Formats: sequence, structure tokens, C-alpha cells
Amino acid sequence: MLLSKVKQTLAALAGSALLVCSGGASADYGLNLPRGVTSISKEAYDLHMLIMWICVAIGVVVFGAIFISILKHRKSKGAKPATFHESTTVEIIWTIVPFLILIGMAIPATKALVAMEDTSNADLSIKVTGYQWKWGYDYMDEGVSFISSLSTPKEQILNQQEKGEHYLLEVDNPLVVPVGKKVRLLLTANDVIHSWWVPDLGMKKDAIPGFVNEMWFRADEEGTYRGQCAELCGKDHGFMPIVVVAKNEADYQQWVTAQKTAMDADAAAAGRDWNMAELMERGEKVYNSSCAACHQANGEGVPGAFPGLKGGAIVTGPKDAHVDIVLNGKPGTAMGAFGGQLNDIDLAAVVTYERNAWGNDKGDLVQPSEVKAAR
Amino acid sequence: MSTATTHDAHHEDHPSGLLRWVFTTNHKDIGTLYLIFSLLMLFIGGAMAMVIRAELFQPGLQFVEPQFFNSMTTMHALIMVFGAIMPAFVGLANWLIPMMIGAPDMALPRMNNWSFWILPFAGVMLVSTLFMEGGAPASGWTMYPPLVLQTGDAFPFLIFSVHLLGISSIMGAINVIVTIVNMRAPGMTMMKMPLFVWTWLITAYLLIAVMPVFAGAVTMLLTDQYFGTSFFNAAGGGDPVMFQHIFWFFGHPEVYIMILPAFGVVSQIIPTFARKRLFGYSSMVYATASIAFLSFIVWAHHMFTVGMPLTGELFFMYATMLIAVPTGVKVFNWVSTMWKGSMTFETPMLFALGFVVMFTIGGFSGLMLAITPIDFQYHDTYFVVAHFHYVLVTGSLFSLFAAAYYWLPKWTGNMYDEKLGKLHFWLSTIFVNVLFFPQHFLGLAGMPRRIPDYAVQFTEFNQISSIGGFAFGITQLLFVYIVIKTVRGGSKATDEVWEGAEGLEWTLTSPPPYHSFSTAPEVK
Repeated sequence: MLLSKVKQTLAALAGSALLVCSGGASADYGLNLPRGVTSISKEAYDLHMLIMWICVAIGVVVFGAIFISILKHRKSKGAKPATFHESTTVEIIWTIVPFLILIGMAIPATKALVAMEDTSNADLSIKVTGYQWKWGYDYMDEGVSFISSLSTPKEQILNQQEKGEHYLLEVDNPLVVPVGKKVRLLLTANDVIHSWWVPDLGMKKDAIPGFVNEMWFRADEEGTYRGQCAELCGKDHGFMPIVVVAKNEADYQQWVTAQKTAMDADAAAAGRDWNMAELMERGEKVYNSSCAACHQANGEGVPGAFPGLKGGAIVTGPKDAHVDIVLNGKPGTAMGAFGGQLNDIDLAAVVTYERNAWGNDKGDLVQPSEVKAAR
Repeated sequence: MSTATTHDAHHEDHPSGLLRWVFTTNHKDIGTLYLIFSLLMLFIGGAMAMVIRAELFQPGLQFVEPQFFNSMTTMHALIMVFGAIMPAFVGLANWLIPMMIGAPDMALPRMNNWSFWILPFAGVMLVSTLFMEGGAPASGWTMYPPLVLQTGDAFPFLIFSVHLLGISSIMGAINVIVTIVNMRAPGMTMMKMPLFVWTWLITAYLLIAVMPVFAGAVTMLLTDQYFGTSFFNAAGGGDPVMFQHIFWFFGHPEVYIMILPAFGVVSQIIPTFARKRLFGYSSMVYATASIAFLSFIVWAHHMFTVGMPLTGELFFMYATMLIAVPTGVKVFNWVSTMWKGSMTFETPMLFALGFVVMFTIGGFSGLMLAITPIDFQYHDTYFVVAHFHYVLVTGSLFSLFAAAYYWLPKWTGNMYDEKLGKLHFWLSTIFVNVLFFPQHFLGLAGMPRRIPDYAVQFTEFNQISSIGGFAFGITQLLFVYIVIKTVRGGSKATDEVWEGAEGLEWTLTSPPPYHSFSTAPEVK
């Protein structure tokens, strides 16, 4: 009776395990570092393989000796213990030989490192800013800037929808770079430390508040390369991916022009008065991409961690204080300063949305011009 | 004459029941308390690891919120490092050092009592943060600012429990040094000390050198949070990276604090079961000392991606690579000890052999991580997670299992169940590899550490790893059963216990008398 129950349970468990394996899995799992598409990623890959094979070779010798000992020098085979217990010659040999092997590793490693750290003569500089939990990109020369955040729908994360091909590795606005050009990234952060990493580009660098770090890459092939934040940065550390699209020069220029046109349109629109419906529509979008991670889509927050906005003191209080906290953040808490991330229209829209959504119904609206004045 | 007898009898008259444990100044009782405490912590920290592996069994969020997941990884590490591994080695030191050097007890018995009894309070305080407003610390055990400053009410409790754990460690370390330096039996020169004693002496110096540094770093976090200082706040003229430098100046010696005593344990066990003297005793001592010295000048290899000058990166790469030399010497010496020995494979030997092989695998991945240009790819991925679990679980923890099986018969007077012990070894070894080996692949393929959810291409290896994790976790209940069974009875152990065992502890009865050596033995 009991036995058959145990058997049933085991069968059910095995069945569900199989189902899970076949259902959620994808075929292209990796075993090794990607070779990547930049000179530094290829150099890193070659070095990785070299060191690994040296380790394997040493392992074969050492583990081989252990294995032979275990097989041959065992009491059950009548082995009598030898009495040797030291040999200066041997000790010197196995100090010097590993040292020489290490020098052999250090030479190519030093060469690779020197090349990787050489950020001079870049064709293009992009400032990368880490935010909890998204990335901001500023093209220093073109004047293009935007925020890049996760575009995987919440439903997929909560297992209510089937997961897409690029689950958790997809963003709304990818970083676009020209192929074959040396791109220098200047990394910093706005709140806590993040780390910018795309395996195919072969490099990872921390984005640290108050610091500007440098790294560079030159993508040799057109394509889309995916990575994610590599330094624990709080609750949604696992949900701030990086997507880099390398385009040929013509396509890249076209993209830059399109970005500029869109930014100009926004700048023009910021000057006019917006009505409630427009602000609410845009505000909801901004809220969901920038605020809902903490304050939640229903405005109720997370008790003990993130305050609710539904009926909250600030969002139902004076307009100025509300605009101020969104613009400048609240020091010592997870509430960041959004003044540097969002433009005047987005800020006006999201403040208006917060004041009127979830039954807050303040009825007042904030114009982009008011935000501009408050900056 | 009669007064002398009463005086002696008085010595044996210690409180019984619970108070015996509260007031004890006896090195064996305190050693037992340390070992029980660390075993309990192993299971608390292990339960948290099970939560982590359950959440990572599938992509998507299944069981826990991301914030709680981060608390789990943070608390798992803090509890395992400061609650399980370190106290377990202090427990071994308490039990074994007096018996190995021919002393009646530790040199500072009252301080010994205090250094243990601080631990449960620190442990309870740390675990209690799980129930606080804002949740348990979730910024990783490395507590990097500014993230750690976003901790809720748990923050001061985290800092204070770290202070307490540090105070306990420093007192334990002082006791070890004073005991070893002053209480060796006549004739036991430094170069005749068992290697376990040597490795602990060096470890104790490391502890005294770095625990105050750690206490200073977390105190600066505390004042940054509550007293308006800006040590690590860039906006106030401070430097968030400076915390990482200070932390790892503590943190790297800390990882050797957790492995040097393990080297000592293995160096005791392998000669016994190979029935052959340890090969290269003096080079083992020098290698241990070199590793300890190098541990102070390699800290920044934990932070190659923070943006150091090229020369700094080169220095830390070369220094880190150098560690492979003395570590290699140790492994070669162990292998040479086995070579042409007459080996048998009781459970302690199995765990020691498992240690040598799997610790070496962890050493190889460590060497790969030392190479700065490829560390840029490995850094903060599961490759690192696999690396340090190979050195900490199949390294430190396996050596602790080996030690437990090796000395339990001496401690209790009873032999453990050899069949069950071997079963424990084989199940642990198989599942620990199922658990951690695939994590190398995950890291190389691009999975960062400390994430609660992952892209679908990481599914297969996470599932394998989780299955290994659950099985490895359950297997450890077998260890508890074996220990309890041995304590309660079993075939009687002889005084020597093992055929090839050498050292003063084996000249005592099994179990040993309450005051190990009332008269100092003569060492020739």
C-alpha cells in the first residue's frame, strides 16, 4: 500500500521533471565561453582555452599519480610502505617547474591585458549610466540619448505566458553601434554599482557612482549581442539586460538621424500645453517602465520595502513636493532621482498619472513647462 | 597527602546538566559546543541554499520574490562562512590542539568559554533579521556600498552581529596562539608540531590581522548610514571602491582562514592511512606560511572589473598566479605521501582523497580566474560560484567531514558505522559534483551570479545543478545520523584507533580524560 503510493509519487515526479525539461528548455545551451565578435573577445577565448588545457594536462598528471597509487599501493594488494619522506631535489623541481609554467601563462595574458586596456583613438564615445534597474546611453558626439530597459512582459516572468526566445535578454531601446568602429564606453552609475557585460564583446566593467570607467570594443560582424548586468544591484538585478545591435555605417547613420528627429519632436512638444488624456496615456507607459518595479502597477507598493502611492501622502499632497521627489529622489532610500533619466514630458506625464490613477483623483495636471521650471 | 587527593578530586568535579555547558572552561566541552553549533548552522545555511536551488530549478519566478532571493544568497553565505565553516575549525582546534601538543587544556579557558558563547547570540541576531521590516540583508555577503545602505531595519543588526562574530574569532585566535606557543610538551619543538597545529597557528595570525580590518570597514558603513560620514559616498567626497579594497584585504586572507586548517587536517589523515610519514614536512610548513603571506597582497583580484590602472591589474594578476606554486607543493607532497604507501580506504581517507582531487579542481579554476584578461569574462558569473564552492564545499567542508570521522572514535570512544560513513562519502561526492560542476558551464555560457531568474538557454544545467543540490542536502542528514549513532554507542575504539596513526592524541585513552594531559608527555 505504502510502497505503491511511493512508486506513484516517484513516477509523477519523474514525469513532471521530464515535462519541465522538454517544455521550458531551449536547444542552444552553451558549455563554453563564446568566441565573440571582437578582437578582445577572441583573444580572451584563446587564452581561456590555453589555460584550461594546461590545467587539464597538469590534472592528468596529478590525478593519474593519485589513481595509480590508489590502484597499486594499497594494503589489500600487500603493498609495504616505503620509508622515504623528503627529497630536497624533488621539492625544488616541483617549485620551479610550476613557476616556469606560470611565466608561460603570464606572457600572453599580459599582452592581452595591455591591448584590452588601451582605450585611445576611439571612433565613437558613448556614456553608459547604470540605474536601478535599467541602462542609460548618451552618444557624446551625436547628442542622442535614451534609456534602455527590459522589454520582457511581466506575464512571462510570472509564468502566465510562454517565454519568448530572448526571455530576459531583450530591451525596448538597444544600444546601436557601427560595425568595425572602435567604440569607447564611459561607464558610471546613478545609484548603486552595476556592471556592463556583453559576453560576445569580451569585456565587463563596473559602472560606479562618482566614477567614470572606460572600456572599448570593435564589433567585427553585424548582429545583435546580448548580455546583462553582472554586479548585484538590488531587487531587479536579474532584470536589466543589455542589447547591442551592430549595424553597417549607412544603417547606423540612418538610425542616428531617426533618433535625432524623435528627440527634436519631443523637445518641441514639451513647449506646448498638454491635456489630461494625453498626459495620463503617456504617464501610464512611463510609470510601468520606470516606477512599477518598486511601487507596483497597482500603486500599492511592497509593504516594508517600497511605499504605496495609492492614497500616498506625497502624491496626494502639494504638486511641487511631488515633482521635487521624482526629479531629485530621496537620499538614503531606493528612490532615485529621475531628473536625469526622463525628459520633461515624461516627468510631467508620470506625476500627473500618479496623482490621478488608482482612485487618487486629485484632478490637477502637471505641464512639461512646470517640470522644466522646477529643474 | 589527604589534602592533595581532595584537591585532585575537586578538579574532576564539574557541573552537570545544562550548566556544565554554560560554564564550561574545558577545551573538549567547548570544542563540542563549537562543532554542534556549526553543524546546526550548516543546516540553516543549507536550507537557504535549497531555497535558492528551488527557485533556480526553472526560469521564471516560482517560489520567492527577487528581494527575498537576494536575502537568501546573502544570508546563506554569511551563515556558512561565519557560522558553519569557521566555528567548525575552531571547534577542531579546541578539541585537538591541547591533545596534539601534550597540554592539559587551552591556555585561556575562561576566554575560551566567552568566545564560544558570543556566537549563538551573534547567530540569532543575524538570523532574526529575516523577520525585520525591509527583510534580511540582501546586498550579498560582501556588503558593497551603496547597495548595502538600502538595507532596511536589518542594517545595524547585520553590522553588530559581524562585530560579535569578529570578536569571537579574535579571542579564539589569541587562545590558539598562546596555547601553541606556551603549552607544548617538553621536547616538542616548533618543527615537530603536527601540521594541523602549524596550520592553525598561521591561521590564528591571519585572523588577528584581518578581523579588525573587517570590523573597521563595517563600522565605516554604520557611520555612513547613521552619523553623516561619507567614507564610501561619492557625493560626499568618499569612494565606494575603497570599501571593496578594505573588504577584500580582509576577505582574501579570510578564504585562507577557511582552507589552511583543512590542509592541516588532510596532512594528518593521509599519512595515517598510507602508513607512511608525511612527505616534505618542512616544505609543507613553509608552503603554508607562503600562502598566508601571499594572501595579503592579492586582494584586488576579487575586483578586476572596478577599473584599476593597468599596472595594478598586472601586479595583482602576477601575485595571484604565484599562489599556485606553494599550493602545488602541498598537493604534490600529499600525492608523494600516498606514493608507495600501504593504503586503506576508511571513511576519513576517502574524504581526504576527495578533498585533494576536488580542491585541486577548484585550484585550477582559481588559476584561470587569476588571469585578468579572461577574468573580465568570468567575473561575477556562475564560473566563480562553481570555483569557490569547489574550494569551500569539497575543500573545507570535506576536510571537516574527514576530521569528524577520523577523530570521532577518539572523542567518543566508539567506532562510527564504517558502511554508513562510506555511503555518506560516495553520495556526497557524486551529488556535490552534479551540483557544482554544471555551474562552470553556466558561468562560461554567460549566466551572472545572484540572479533569481535566467534566460531559457541556462535551463538544463540549472536543473541538473538543483537536483544535485537537493540530493547533496538530504545526504547530509545521514551524517547527523551517523554522528548521533556513534555518540550513543558502537564497537569500542582502541586508544590508537587507526593502525598507522601517529601523534600524542592517540596515546590518550578513547575517550580521553577530562584534562587531556595532567602530566606533560616527553617528546623525543
